Amino acid sequence: MIPFDFVYYKPDTLQEAVDAYRDAYARGLKPLYYGGGTEIISMGRVNSIRTGAVIDTKDIPECGALSVGNDMIVIGAGVTLSRIHESGCFQLLGHAVGRIADHTTQCKITLGGNICGTIHYRESVLPLLIADSTVILYGPEGFREVPIRDVFDRRIKLNHGEMIAQVLVDKIYASLPYVHVKKAPIEKIGYPLVTVCALKQNGRISAAFSGICPFPFRSREMEEALNDNSLTDVKKAAAALKCLPAQPLADESAGGDYRKFILHNTLMQTLETLGAVS
Amino acid sequence: MTVYEGKNVITLDVNGSKRDVTVRPSDILLDVLRRELNLTGPKPGCENGDCGACTVLIDGWPVKSCLMLAVEAVGHAVTTVEGLKDTPIQKAFVDNWAFQCGYCTSGFLMVCHALANIHPNPEEYVIEDWLQANICRCTSYAEIRDAVRQALEAY
Repeated sequence: MIPFDFVYYKPDTLQEAVDAYRDAYARGLKPLYYGGGTEIISMGRVNSIRTGAVIDTKDIPECGALSVGNDMIVIGAGVTLSRIHESGCFQLLGHAVGRIADHTTQCKITLGGNICGTIHYRESVLPLLIADSTVILYGPEGFREVPIRDVFDRRIKLNHGEMIAQVLVDKIYASLPYVHVKKAPIEKIGYPLVTVCALKQNGRISAAFSGICPFPFRSREMEEALNDNSLTDVKKAAAALKCLPAQPLADESAGGDYRKFILHNTLMQTLETLGAVS
Repeated sequence: MTVYEGKNVITLDVNGSKRDVTVRPSDILLDVLRRELNLTGPKPGCENGDCGACTVLIDGWPVKSCLMLAVEAVGHAVTTVEGLKDTPIQKAFVDNWAFQCGYCTSGFLMVCHALANIHPNPEEYVIEDWLQANICRCTSYAEIRDAVRQALEAY
C-alpha cells in the first residue's frame, strides 16, 4: 500500500491538466503529472517520494497519439512502451524501450513517464537525443515546441506546471542504420551497466549512452572522437571514453572501471557494425 | 475531468461484471481486487513490479496490478485468473506440469493468455520476451514453455 493519501485528477484536455496542476499546487499538494505511474507507486510505497496530488494524463488525446505522417513520427507522452515497440514506428526507439524493465511493465510505463523519471537510466531518451527529436510541451503559457537537446541535460528541465504532450521524430531517422546494445549484469532484465544507442547519417555516427554515468546523455565530444577517421577503432573508443561527462557510475552492480571496460568493448562493436554500412 | 479525493465509490469492470467498490485514490489495484472483491488469484509477491505474480489483464494486455492504482482501472476491462475459466492455457499448464508450488502460476497464466490472443503465432523470442516478466522460484520454466506451445495451438 501507499502510506499516504493524494488527490487523483484525470483531465480530458491539456488545459484541464495544467489547471489541475495550478489548483493542486495552490493547495500545497505538490502535484505530480502521472503517466504510467510505476515509479510514483513503487517509490511512494517506500516513502521515497510523497505527493498530495497526481494528474493522470493518459486520457488526454494528444498524449495518447501515435502516428506516422509523411515527414514526422508523432508519439504522445502517454503512449506505453509496449505500444511503441509493437507499432514499429521507429525501430531504434522500439528496441530501446523493449529493454526497459520487462514486457509486462512496458505495458504500463509511458514514454513521458520514462523521460521524466528520476532513476538514472531513462533509456527511452537515448534514441530521441540522437534523432534530434522535438518535444511538444504544454504549460500555463500554452504550447512550447523545442528540440529535446534544449530541455534534456542529464534530466528533463521543464517550466513550473509544464508537461510533455508529445515527441516528434523526423521520419528520416527511422530508416537510418543503427545500433542498440544494452549490457545488463544478469541476462536481459535489469538496469544497464551500459546502454549504447547509435545512428549513422551521412557517414557520421551519433551516439547516446545510459548506465555509464548517473544520467543518460549524448556527448558531442564523444561523437567527435568516434568520427575521427584519423584514428583506428580502438583509439576512437579510447578517445571517446576520455570525454565522459562525469565519473562513471559505481554501485553494487559494477564498479566504474568495469563499466568503462564494458563501454569500450561496446563502442568497438558499434564502430564495427556501423563501419560496415555507408 | 474526473477527480477522486478521499474515499470514493468506483465501478470496476472485472471479469465481465460491474463491481462497485469503495477506494482511496492511493489504493493499489492488487489490494482492492484481493481485499475488497475477494479475487485472490492475483498474488502479492514482491509488490514492487518485479515478480509478475500479481499480473492481471487490462483491456487484454498484461499489467502488474501492484503497479496500478485501482482508480486507474475505471473504464477498462480487468481480467483476473478467475476470469480465465476453461481457457486452453489452464489445461496446457495441467497437461505439462507447468507449476510446482503454484504461487506464480496465475501470473504466468495471464501473460500466456494475453500472448496467445495478441500474438497467436509468436516467434520464439517473443514468447521469451513476454515470459521474462514473471519469476518462478520453483524453476518450472521448461514446462511453462511447453505449456505455452501447446496452448498456442488451441487458441
